[in-house]
Amino acid sequence: MIDRDTVLHVARLARLELSEEEVARLTIELGAVLEHIETISRLDLEGVPPTSHVIDVTGALRADEPEPCLPRERALESAPEVLDDGFAVPSPQA
Amino acid sequence: MSELEAVIGLEIHTQLKTRTKMFCGCELSFGEPPNTRTCPVCLGLPGALPVANARAIHFALMIGLALGCEVAPRSIFHRKNYFYPDLPKGYQISQYDEPICSGGELAGVRLHRVHLEEDAAKLIHVGESGRIHGSQRSVVDFNRGGTPLVEIVTEPELRSPGHAREWLTLLRATLRSLGVSDVNMEEGSLRADANVSLRPVGTSVLGTKTELKNMNSFRFIERGIAAEIERQRQIIESGGAVEQETLHFDPSSGRLSSLRSKEEAEDYRYFPEPDLIPIATTDEMVSAARADIGELPLDRAKRFEADLGLNADGARNLAFRGELGDYFERVLGSTGAEHAVAVANWIGQLVARIGDADPADTNVTPQAFGALVMLVGSRAVSGAAAREVLDVLVAEGGDPQAIIDARGLGSLSRKDGDLATIVARAIAADPSASERVRAGNDKAIGALVGAVMRETRGRADGAEVTRLIHEQLAT
Amino acid sequence: MMDLVELTAAQAAAAIGRGDLAARELFDFYRDRAAADELNAFTWVAQESPEAGDGPLGGVPLAVKDLFCTAGVPSQSGSRILEGYRPPYTATVVERLARAGAPLLAKTNQDEFAMGSSTENSGFGPTLNPWDRTRVPGGSSGGSAAAVAAGLAPWAIGTDTGGSIRQPAALCGIVGLKPTYGAVSRYGMIAFASSLDQAGPLTRDVSDAALLLMQMVGARDPRDATSLDYPGSVSLPARTDLHGIRLGVPTELSSDGIEPGVLGAFAASLELARQLGASVETCQLPHAAHALAAYYVLAPAEASSNLARFDGVRYGLRAQDATDLLDMYTRTRHDGFGAEVKRRIMLGTYALSSGYYEAYYGRAQRVRTLIARDFAATFEHFDFVVTPTAPGVAFELGAKTADPYAMYLNDICTVPASLAGIPAISIPNGMAAPPGGGKSLPVGLQLIGPAFSEDRLLSAAFALEQALGFDGRAARR
Ligand SMILES: [Zn+2]
Repeated sequence: MIDRDTVLHVARLARLELSEEEVARLTIELGAVLEHIETISRLDLEGVPPTSHVIDVTGALRADEPEPCLPRERALESAPEVLDDGFAVPSPQA
Repeated sequence: MSELEAVIGLEIHTQLKTRTKMFCGCELSFGEPPNTRTCPVCLGLPGALPVANARAIHFALMIGLALGCEVAPRSIFHRKNYFYPDLPKGYQISQYDEPICSGGELAGVRLHRVHLEEDAAKLIHVGESGRIHGSQRSVVDFNRGGTPLVEIVTEPELRSPGHAREWLTLLRATLRSLGVSDVNMEEGSLRADANVSLRPVGTSVLGTKTELKNMNSFRFIERGIAAEIERQRQIIESGGAVEQETLHFDPSSGRLSSLRSKEEAEDYRYFPEPDLIPIATTDEMVSAARADIGELPLDRAKRFEADLGLNADGARNLAFRGELGDYFERVLGSTGAEHAVAVANWIGQLVARIGDADPADTNVTPQAFGALVMLVGSRAVSGAAAREVLDVLVAEGGDPQAIIDARGLGSLSRKDGDLATIVARAIAADPSASERVRAGNDKAIGALVGAVMRETRGRADGAEVTRLIHEQLAT
Repeated sequence: MMDLVELTAAQAAAAIGRGDLAARELFDFYRDRAAADELNAFTWVAQESPEAGDGPLGGVPLAVKDLFCTAGVPSQSGSRILEGYRPPYTATVVERLARAGAPLLAKTNQDEFAMGSSTENSGFGPTLNPWDRTRVPGGSSGGSAAAVAAGLAPWAIGTDTGGSIRQPAALCGIVGLKPTYGAVSRYGMIAFASSLDQAGPLTRDVSDAALLLMQMVGARDPRDATSLDYPGSVSLPARTDLHGIRLGVPTELSSDGIEPGVLGAFAASLELARQLGASVETCQLPHAAHALAAYYVLAPAEASSNLARFDGVRYGLRAQDATDLLDMYTRTRHDGFGAEVKRRIMLGTYALSSGYYEAYYGRAQRVRTLIARDFAATFEHFDFVVTPTAPGVAFELGAKTADPYAMYLNDICTVPASLAGIPAISIPNGMAAPPGGGKSLPVGLQLIGPAFSEDRLLSAAFALEQALGFDGRAARR
């Protein structure tokens, strides 16, 4: 139902490195969980609308009014790598 | 092989001119130091939640209504999931299959949809960092992240690169007239992507399309699309198949390079954003948006044509570049509407000198400009001399009459004995032309007029010179 | 001399109000107990007693689940990827409770990102059940439940996505309430599944739960678009009978897969409810059998997206010496996330991926609609639905870690109310021996009510609680 290639593809989408052992284990585990989940594929859901929000809420918009920003030191204080007052990362182009 | 035609669609992103970001209370940034306009929401800190900006929704409705779209009574936000350092949450909040506006049409090009989303942050490549040896670094500045964006998607109905450029010009003017965006391509408040495919003329099949990303001027859009059409044409005509891919156009080399191909196409895993509730667009919201829409460029062009007597092209040239239309109307404020055609023609001269700049940002005040046009109208200055005055106005500003006086650019006329003398000299210097004019060959008079104009550096009135030549040759 | 550990939070607040007890003394008492914790219930304990609040909560200190952001205080959601992370802001609900007079005492251990039913998935080691230290306290709010049960904190808040307040409350012999979705602000709660997460109280008794909940609900939080103005109010319960109350027992959630000891306690409680004047009849929740499947699509799908922000760029762990950006992402997330979190990210990513959305996420959302309709139909004839809270008593550490689905089955009775967004409370209803025999352990009874019925729910729970007379002292010794 879910094979090794699918696991590797999904891991790539999720930006997760997996060890060989993890790939093998997840292939089995996800297969088993999906088998239980498959029960909903047998339900007749014709005409049933999907629910994204259980409770009806309306009008929850924000007025276009400024609020104080974080001082830069606070914004950067937990960053693993800071360069030129910004969050440094390995270059995507590299 | 049958002839091929281009099928072009455009995707335009425009930053909205709200005070604060799309989903948080940070003020929009205009060149502030990096990472000084952030908060837990737009930094994507754990636990922070988005709340939609009411004015951004208002602006999106204005855009939708101005473009004749249908407004959805209920629309929702989705999450578009992908990883990139400029995307703090690992997803962009955007609209997907239930956008706020859909359909619509502008100048014969139908629109697919108009929707709201948030902008990404700015990623600056800094090259090799001293700290980590041999590694290329980029730095993220989240000031721009979360700026409200409206995305406008056309149907693939644009026929040529020139048409795309012309239509974008109108769209830009329309957005500008709404006051919802700065619509400045260089600064990135207006960005356009193009989808391009080719098909045999007369068929309705859609060929494989490619996407041209983030072209930052109208000129580059036109050139980029033209280059892509040519590239696809060569592939097809040599029997190859166009591959679906995303391309970048480099205006300096004119070359197209692939950003990513279909094989590595992202799977965005869209799903409804559970942190936001649906936008319920009420009749009051629609009326309020409609009430804030002023005169649109197409209507303005019609008015310029019908009320001010401009020809169709002249009217569109001014109305479709809103800043020109505004300047035009300000100049008319000092000259009076009866000079509209002359003012419009002279704005053409101004544009030739200032290019894409807004005339309001130049040294030429509408009053000075109007005064110059009036001086031409009263023949106090010749056309050629007035162009010289305009050069000075653009370079230094000032008052046209003062410039004319200081530089001696005033018209030479019959009253100035000088002009008659100069005409006499020109006749004496070119006996063969003079003889032919005398013999009734009117075309030959051009050489004589030209000589006078050279001598006077264009200050003489052409009609006056012609009259004087005939007068002197008749005696 | 008062035995401070035997005071409920309400009693302690009253003693402080009368001047019989100083708020600072109470704080120091619990701070010392928390600091000497042997259950691994905490991830952080306050050093200093903060300014004693004079709000309605009287200065009774509060234990807060790790995943609530607390400015300057570690907020890690039980994950190594956030080890030592101190946010620059505080969650709305924590701020509200502090203002109301419940200062922050400690942060409590939890399953990583609230994914789990045993607190064994914490990146900081499992929490032990105070009734039997070889057993789990339940999860994911296991630290909060264990701390309250063991008298290491007067009361606590946790979060419930599919049972994460109610199930550990049941396994630790305390009260846990999951409010109506939207009743309590989620701002500052490190998200697991946004459409299901809801904060609620874990307390020693029903009165304490009511007292705490009163301050958690109220005006909507402008920072949480899904929060709402709470209609009506929550009062201190006083009712001692159940006359006129119609209890519905769904056959789907009170038979298969439930331990005999739990079923025995459940049957006894239903009999007691009848004696208190309630009518007890079976009811139908025909789609409840599919709730777990729908939940294990929706929650991981949302989680896969919510956890994308842990990318090593702005905060938290970053893998060292990455060769490029992709390597930095994938190794950071490999190193930072535990096995269960990876499993759910994979499951959720798969369920949302191209070609599978409608088969999984779309269908699960439709099942959610059917479950909400089941409850709505049931509440036309019943005041509350009652079920056992968990299918079993506390299990031994490690007993279910090898089989993810066996662990997921712990949520079978709690997940339906989560999907419907409606309130539910778990109260202790006696003790039962585990299936293999041995020392008896607490059992929980769940009452589920319609949206915004918290006041009535607490009232009915209070009447049952008084009649049941559960004795939790053994866990506090
Ligand atoms: Zn912000």
